[in-house]
Amino acid sequence: MNKPLRRVAVFCGLLVIALLVRVNWIQFVEADELRNHEDNRRVAIERYAHPRGNIIVGDKAITGSTETSGSDFQYKRTYKDGPLWAPVTGYASQAFGANQLEALNDGILTGNDDRLFFNRTIDMITGKDKKGGNVVTTLDANVQKAAFEGLGDRKGAVAAIDPETGAILGLASSPSYDPSSFAGNSNEDAKNWKSLNDDKDKPMLNRALRETYPPGSTFKVVTAAAALESGEFDMDEPTGAPETYKLPLSTNTLGNEVKGVCKDATLREALQWSCNSVYAMISDKVGNEGMREMSEKFGFGNAELDTPVRAAESIYPEMDRPQNAMGGIGQASNRATPLQMAMVASAVANDGELMKPYMVEKLVAPNLNDIEVTQSEKLSEPLSGENAQKMQQMMETVVNEGTGSNARIDGATVGGKTGTAQHGIDNRDLPYAWFISYAKDPDSDKQIAVAVVVEDASANRDDISGGGVAAPIAKSVMEAGLGR
Amino acid sequence: MSSSHTSTISSVAAPSRRNTELAMLVFAVLIPVFAYVNVGLAKEDTVPAGVFGYAAGLGCLAAVAHLVVRKFAPYSDPLLLPIATLLNGLGLVLIWRLDQEPSLTTPALGGPMAPGQLMWSAVGVGLFVVVLLFLKDHRVLQRYTYISMAAALVLLIMPMVPGLGANVNGARIWVRIPGLGSLQPGEFAKIVIAVFFAGYLMVKRDALALASRRFMGLYLPRGRDLGPILVIWGLSLMILVFETDLGTSLLFFGLFVIMLYVATERTSWIVFGLLLSALGAVSVASFNSHIGDRVDNWLNPLARSPLNDGVTETAQAMYSFGSGGLFGSGLGQGYSRLIGGIATKSDYILATVGEELGLTGLMAIVVLYGLLIERGMRTALAARDPFGKLLAVGLSGAFALQCFVVAGGVTALIPLTGMTMPFLAQGGSSVIANWALIAILLRISDTARRPAPAPAPSPDAEMTQVVRT
Repeated sequence: MNKPLRRVAVFCGLLVIALLVRVNWIQFVEADELRNHEDNRRVAIERYAHPRGNIIVGDKAITGSTETSGSDFQYKRTYKDGPLWAPVTGYASQAFGANQLEALNDGILTGNDDRLFFNRTIDMITGKDKKGGNVVTTLDANVQKAAFEGLGDRKGAVAAIDPETGAILGLASSPSYDPSSFAGNSNEDAKNWKSLNDDKDKPMLNRALRETYPPGSTFKVVTAAAALESGEFDMDEPTGAPETYKLPLSTNTLGNEVKGVCKDATLREALQWSCNSVYAMISDKVGNEGMREMSEKFGFGNAELDTPVRAAESIYPEMDRPQNAMGGIGQASNRATPLQMAMVASAVANDGELMKPYMVEKLVAPNLNDIEVTQSEKLSEPLSGENAQKMQQMMETVVNEGTGSNARIDGATVGGKTGTAQHGIDNRDLPYAWFISYAKDPDSDKQIAVAVVVEDASANRDDISGGGVAAPIAKSVMEAGLGR
Repeated sequence: MSSSHTSTISSVAAPSRRNTELAMLVFAVLIPVFAYVNVGLAKEDTVPAGVFGYAAGLGCLAAVAHLVVRKFAPYSDPLLLPIATLLNGLGLVLIWRLDQEPSLTTPALGGPMAPGQLMWSAVGVGLFVVVLLFLKDHRVLQRYTYISMAAALVLLIMPMVPGLGANVNGARIWVRIPGLGSLQPGEFAKIVIAVFFAGYLMVKRDALALASRRFMGLYLPRGRDLGPILVIWGLSLMILVFETDLGTSLLFFGLFVIMLYVATERTSWIVFGLLLSALGAVSVASFNSHIGDRVDNWLNPLARSPLNDGVTETAQAMYSFGSGGLFGSGLGQGYSRLIGGIATKSDYILATVGEELGLTGLMAIVVLYGLLIERGMRTALAARDPFGKLLAVGLSGAFALQCFVVAGGVTALIPLTGMTMPFLAQGGSSVIANWALIAILLRISDTARRPAPAPAPSPDAEMTQVVRT
């Protein structure tokens, strides 16, 4: 009986060996895959097991972390002035993931980034709890407040940039939302999330970066730049345009809001009174290719503009002649984000150099060492210095003597351009009111470029509404930027 | 039977190894006590208040068991008792550790389980003592061959009786006794049926081995000898179909094939047995949805549940193992509670071992089971009588199959079945039955290693040399 007994003993040994091989397989060979599997809740538990690093404006954190109860996620995100800063921070929710800065810098904020490996190791050895790093932004709290409060109950957006560096100073969107309201994973968080997503006003849309609008007459700045750069036009020479412009290859005509000043107006006068006939004619003369080239130098057509939050692509598309003429006054299929239009103003203000917009100044480790510092970077040079200065004079004329008078600031140099963009079928919807501008303080050398858009402006349809609705917001934002 | 390899028969007093057993028992008690303290430190940063009670309880059980073995089975195997004590002690710690998770101690799940398990362990050790006290010679069991058969049948059929049986997680392997709780008769049936097979095969083995026809190179049994085998096969299939319990079915049929092979030394029985079990398993798996689900789960362990798109228990167990990695999270610091439900403390207890003690800890546990099985096999080799051999191989074979089926199931090596890890997992029936199993193995090994009675003293003993074999 012993021979089969030995065989049975060997067989049982093989069973045990099979088990040993199997546990080695799942706990060693496949361990990483299982450990990081998307269905493995430990990943999320670990993620929320430590307080998250903060997003910082100035030297104050605009985010925080709070301990929760009744959940296996220990910490959840909190936001100070959530609706004010939501377009900057985005959200980080236990239940619904993260977006914008919260998502892009997740590794730094959670402390899992490879660049924090050394910190983590030290913390582990010294027995300290794991901590996340911070994201220091370029934003200016006063600018942001002025922008958000200026928009008030109206739908719209404000983007403000430092023309010299490209640093984003303000990024407001209205209506906004409080990311704290769904940061956890309770039923109430889910309810808030659903109602925000169902809201037809789209409060979670970051209008300053992610929404494109027809830029309306503010685009005339780009058309004027193209005119100057073409060499065929000059600031104070008559353009030879008619009072009423007949669109090429079309029976449609284009009139002006301010009557009697646009016939044969100079570029400066035409910008001052926002003459459609002049700029439609110029756009036609420059041609679609030339207009596209100029707008792309200002940043249009860039599908990968990362601030680091990616901005929607602003487009000046290929169009036929009548469409291209309309495109030159910011209509037709011409669309731009508020950030894009702020970039246009900033390039003019910065003597023709367009700086790449960015909103993260630096990433810092928990011990406050810099991990990564953003260098300002030139994106392009749409205008020569000489032409840029001409554009500045023209835009300053708009504010000092033209449609943009609401943006005047005593003791500062302000240039701007109003805009009213028609939209909807047969332009039946309420128009968008635009204002783009820059301000320079000769004493402090401070500069700021701003774009403001207010949707469904309740004002009448004339071009002045840009000056009436949007310019005062731009003014208070610029004043905040200049430190007044 | 050739006894030339197993020259354990000797009238020279073999070392009893009781002191070895005692030394190892000290470790077997200390390790779980340290583990207990470890859980407390990890969860609450303090040494748990119950540590002295727990240490005293486990120490008492081990001491009583050891003293009884020292007195009544002095030559028995020195490893079986320490390994069983260690596994039982670690099981108690693991259950207590899972009791610390509020989500696993809701009233619906029966609240904390560790106190009850400690009580059942005490009952188990009690039965262990009773077996060693009253079963002076394992051959006594041979008398009860056919009574055992009847008892095994009753035990196996009990869960199928309406009003008595209970369906838990889709398997009917439980019996509900009003006022006492539930019982898993399969655990006891495993011992009783091994007794029956051993008795039956010892009588019939010559007929089964010799009277056979040669067909295609295999010795096929005669039809009339085939009868009982087909009956067992049918019974296993019935368990599979009516109790939807692949594990118990596999256990009994595998046990029978092993014992038949050992009794007859005929390889053809194994081929025959494997064919029958493959046939049964495949046909039932394709008709029974519960078994079918288990098989699907096994083939795609990480797939979401088709019912509610949730993460399945199988997948949660896999994540537990994977997250444990090489060294584990440390006791009390894992998340095996995510498996959820009552099974975390019973069927899936190995997942907690894997996550918190890591690959190293889990391998140590598997090796402990392997050692226990091989000590059982060694007992079978050493036994002097065919009944003892068959019974020992049956009991340790059943133990081995159970370990493989459960551990293989939770690690998704084979389809999952509703059985529990002996000693480690929560469950009264299991711990009681397995203590009895260990007691019987100890009894057989004691008989095997006991020195032959000394030759009668003769006046000229000093003159004559006694030749011993």
